[in-house]
Amino acid sequence: MTNTTVLGGIDPEIALPQDIVDVLNFALTLEYLESTFYDTGVGTSGLIPANDLAVFQQIKKHEDAHVAFLLGVLGSAAVAKPTFDFTAGGMFSDVFSNYATFQAVSQAFEDTGVRAYKGQAANLMSQPDILTAALQIHSVEARHAAEVRRLRGLDGWIIGTIGNLPAAVNAAVYGPGNPPADFPAEDNTVQGGINLTGITSYGSDPLSASFDEPLDKATVLAIAGPFIVS
Amino acid sequence: MRNGDGSASAPLVVDRPLTAASRREFLRVLGLGSAIVLMPSMFAACSDATAVTRGRSAAVTLDLSTDLGVLNYAYALEQLEAAFYEEALKHIITGCSSSELHALLQIGQHEIVHREFLKAALGSNAIPALQMDFSSVDLTKRDPVFQTAKVFEDTGVAAYNGAGKLLHSAAYLVLAGKIVSVEARHAATIRDILNPKSMDFAGDDVVDANGLDRALAPSAVLPLVAPFIVTPISA
Repeated sequence: MTNTTVLGGIDPEIALPQDIVDVLNFALTLEYLESTFYDTGVGTSGLIPANDLAVFQQIKKHEDAHVAFLLGVLGSAAVAKPTFDFTAGGMFSDVFSNYATFQAVSQAFEDTGVRAYKGQAANLMSQPDILTAALQIHSVEARHAAEVRRLRGLDGWIIGTIGNLPAAVNAAVYGPGNPPADFPAEDNTVQGGINLTGITSYGSDPLSASFDEPLDKATVLAIAGPFIVS
Repeated sequence: MRNGDGSASAPLVVDRPLTAASRREFLRVLGLGSAIVLMPSMFAACSDATAVTRGRSAAVTLDLSTDLGVLNYAYALEQLEAAFYEEALKHIITGCSSSELHALLQIGQHEIVHREFLKAALGSNAIPALQMDFSSVDLTKRDPVFQTAKVFEDTGVAAYNGAGKLLHSAAYLVLAGKIVSVEARHAATIRDILNPKSMDFAGDDVVDANGLDRALAPSAVLPLVAPFIVTPISA
């Protein structure tokens, strides 16, 4: 089956290099996580207030679509869907009964997803169409993240490392990756070797918020790990 | 890759008295105040990109086969966005709540940071400051300001998404990625302000059935922004 229209110009009949498959399976794992999370949340009666339901239905629709899209690109090379524990071993024990907890986990997933895709972009440069699709998913995750942050009373962008998540989670989601020189914390104000404080009159808040930071695969998997049972 | 002139602060010139003292204070606190910053660069004469000066404007050509050309393309779009917010925020925007104004101010700051960053990174390879014309937008009213901001932010997202594959340097690709997700956060925020808690923050008009945001080639983006940029740009 050649389904280039549906897959945005990406021909699933062409065998992908293993390093590309690995990146896409990493992305698929995160999309499985998000998709299953929103499927459960939107399907849990009484969890999401009616006024906010349209937002999460839209996010769910996109995460479901991302799973389908990546499955289409990967074909038989796709990893299976893991089993998830959205309480993360009890840390978020009321994730599907307390809307505030659900929103917090949602924000953690979305802001981490943005960092994860950004961290993989350079690994997709040999496949321009796949790189473009990954960038197109990346900005959708950023739209999601902004909206969920706003629902939680935050700005849509990340000022310093502000996320109002439980301390350990917040530190992981907005902190540095490995190596920190390549994957700085979200409060970074030096870009491309240029100290932003030297080129504008602004303080660190707008400088850090103007740039989002990438995260390496291992650090992302460490964040997602408590939610993945197998 | 700093500029040889070691450029200082953002070239922000407020050439029109603000009528509300409280607003002036608000702007000052947020760094969008009335201080005139002199830019000691060769482009100082036209560094106020917000002014619609009526002089001649030399055409700019972007060679998108090179990373410098792609970065200058990004610089052109950031100049447009930054100039728009600088110009809009000179006005009293009627119908705009304080939280909406606060969002607009922050977004404007981010765009100025993007513009100044790209200018500094490009150094002597940077295209000159472009002349803008926002006279088609009623900058005194909330809805036209936010509707135009929505177009610019969505277009910025689509432009970066479409330009990523044109870059040869992984480092530049990551830098572009660091900016585009902030543009997407802006787009979602502005859309949420215009139509709160709806699906519009990532609406079906910009996200397709595969859950993919738009990606536009420069040849599709430049005509969209041409009505606002006096300086002719070809690529």
